[in-house]
Amino acid sequence: MSDKNSSAPMRTLSAILLALAAAFVVSPTALAEEGGGYPDANINVHDQASLQRGARLFMNYCVGCHSLKYLRYSQLADGLGLTEKQVMENLNFTGAKFGEPIVSSMPGADAEKWFGTPPPDLSLEVGARGADWVSAYLKSFYLDSSTHTGWNNTVFPGVAMPFPLWQLQGEQVAVMNPPESGQPATVKELRLAHPGSMTPGQYDQAVRDLTSFLAYVSAPDELTRSHIGAWVVLYLVLFTLFALVLKKEYWKDVH
Amino acid sequence: MGAFTQWFNERAPGLGVAYKKHMTEYYAPKNFNVMYYFGSLALLVLVNQIVTGIVLTMFYNPSAAGAFDSVQYIMRDVHWGWLVRYMHVTGASMFFIVVYLHMFRGLMYGSYKKPRELVWLLGMLIFLALMAEAFMGYVLPWGNMSYWGAKVIITLFSAVPWIGETLVHWIMGTLSVPGDATLNRFFALHVVALPLVLLLLVVLHLGALHEVGSNNPDGVEIKKHKGPDGHPLDGIPFHPYYTLKDLVGVGVFLIICAIIIFFVPTVGGFFLEHDNSIPANDLVTPATIKPVWYFTPFYAILRAIPSKGIGVLALLLSIVVLFLVPWLDRGKVKSIRYRGLAYKIAITAFAVVFVLLGTIGADVMPTWLGYLYGNDPQAVVSINLTIARILTILYFAFFVFLWVYTFFGLEKTKPVPERVTTHV
Repeated sequence: MSDKNSSAPMRTLSAILLALAAAFVVSPTALAEEGGGYPDANINVHDQASLQRGARLFMNYCVGCHSLKYLRYSQLADGLGLTEKQVMENLNFTGAKFGEPIVSSMPGADAEKWFGTPPPDLSLEVGARGADWVSAYLKSFYLDSSTHTGWNNTVFPGVAMPFPLWQLQGEQVAVMNPPESGQPATVKELRLAHPGSMTPGQYDQAVRDLTSFLAYVSAPDELTRSHIGAWVVLYLVLFTLFALVLKKEYWKDVH
Repeated sequence: MGAFTQWFNERAPGLGVAYKKHMTEYYAPKNFNVMYYFGSLALLVLVNQIVTGIVLTMFYNPSAAGAFDSVQYIMRDVHWGWLVRYMHVTGASMFFIVVYLHMFRGLMYGSYKKPRELVWLLGMLIFLALMAEAFMGYVLPWGNMSYWGAKVIITLFSAVPWIGETLVHWIMGTLSVPGDATLNRFFALHVVALPLVLLLLVVLHLGALHEVGSNNPDGVEIKKHKGPDGHPLDGIPFHPYYTLKDLVGVGVFLIICAIIIFFVPTVGGFFLEHDNSIPANDLVTPATIKPVWYFTPFYAILRAIPSKGIGVLALLLSIVVLFLVPWLDRGKVKSIRYRGLAYKIAITAFAVVFVLLGTIGADVMPTWLGYLYGNDPQAVVSINLTIARILTILYFAFFVFLWVYTFFGLEKTKPVPERVTTHV
């Protein structure tokens, strides 16, 4: 009889705690995605080939100005499944040592003079803005003669950075909405005026790779975390079952 | 009894007695239900916070220049540092989930009523100390939300008449914005002073509880009916019965914690906020400054009131009124099972109001309203504010109702059984 009575509260406890977990896990994530309003970046940090392609893009197009000061080349090798030799020959263009962090060789003071603002470190960019934002941002540059770099961005209006990937994506121009009285004209959509070296499909994949890479840099622990987590949860489930059996044995004499 | 035990007991006879008094001979009602897991879970989280906190302290750098970098150092270079930090961060949020449920349990079953008023008061002091502890811990990573959150919360003290501004400077240690001095004192308070206060209060809370004995879902005093051996007929020794039962609760609780820690540690920006990935910057304010989710119901009350002074007063009152519950509720029947229908409705409404206030303080409500009212930001803002004010009134109305309902004898209670009912 006590068995019947004691398992009911346990079921209720599990239900309450699971519902709580679901409420806290599912709804904020869903809201955050909907609230951001950017299309799903569709990235996968567990796709090692994608991370490697993303790292190559970053080292070719971004590291000239942007550092990843919280990531060491040695950690990059671990995360991407590469050897020290592969990283130092193919991904390290600054002459830094293997154990040193990925720091741009551009002097900060010059950068500030050239662009008006120093290029930010991108170690935590995905953590701060979200992968969807980064992905949308990289696809939203367009030619704009009114800015002094000649480029603008619908996700980040007035951005200081000229578009570094224009040879890949090509040049987009803005199709404007009909101007309303007294209001500045707004961008309706972006149109590819001059194709780049990549097709739109290839460019989407390149952005996915680069965003995946930055998501990995933002939280390198994510690569190992879920693998360990599966075993931890499995262990805890077994632990709980044993605890339950033990409890029932002891509670037999409670009437 | 072994030779060592005898040797030990001769030199410290009180320890064995204390162990018996609080474990093997502490008789707890045998009808505890699911709501009775959260006290022991709170103790578990407290231990987790202390142990992981000690490890974090070994690597954390308490300075405005080094704090943010040292957190990344913990996350990336310290072996298992990410796990320790996620356990601490998740622990902080789980602490509040568990404590809120524990407090709600107290309301449901009248655990604050005579003779347990002191248990409730000490519990409320723990809640207060926990809020201070959580706030200061939140500032330590020195992210941009930490920084501006600290600025906003400390500035609330400027509402104190006469000495407000001086008080703000005294707390902050700097003139206008938080700085090295602020971070250093918060570190000292977070890792030394407040944990000591919390531990002392927890010992007193448990001591006060064991003096009068635990309440139960039926709200009957089990000490009224004792067997020939002098033990309550409806009581069972805490150890091994409740230690083992709580162990099952611990297992289920840890599974949920592990799922969060290993699979969704930021919980969509609720446990770890996006703006805290940006280092503290006194020139760039986050788009919306809001506290972590566990403070949002109280923050919503603060913001619902246009006058800063009255807003702070309402915030203060919303917490102080919880201290007064044992004297506001004059009803003799403890458990919700035998109380009047109006009470059942009121306490349910109170729980809903508390959660909804949280969604307003966390800026989630405006998103929901956005779905209803489309792209009319002004309508969303004004409706959000109206709802916040209604909910604030309802929050306080619960306590007024509780007093009126019981003081004037309006409650129609059901007969309370002599003995506990669950295990028959």
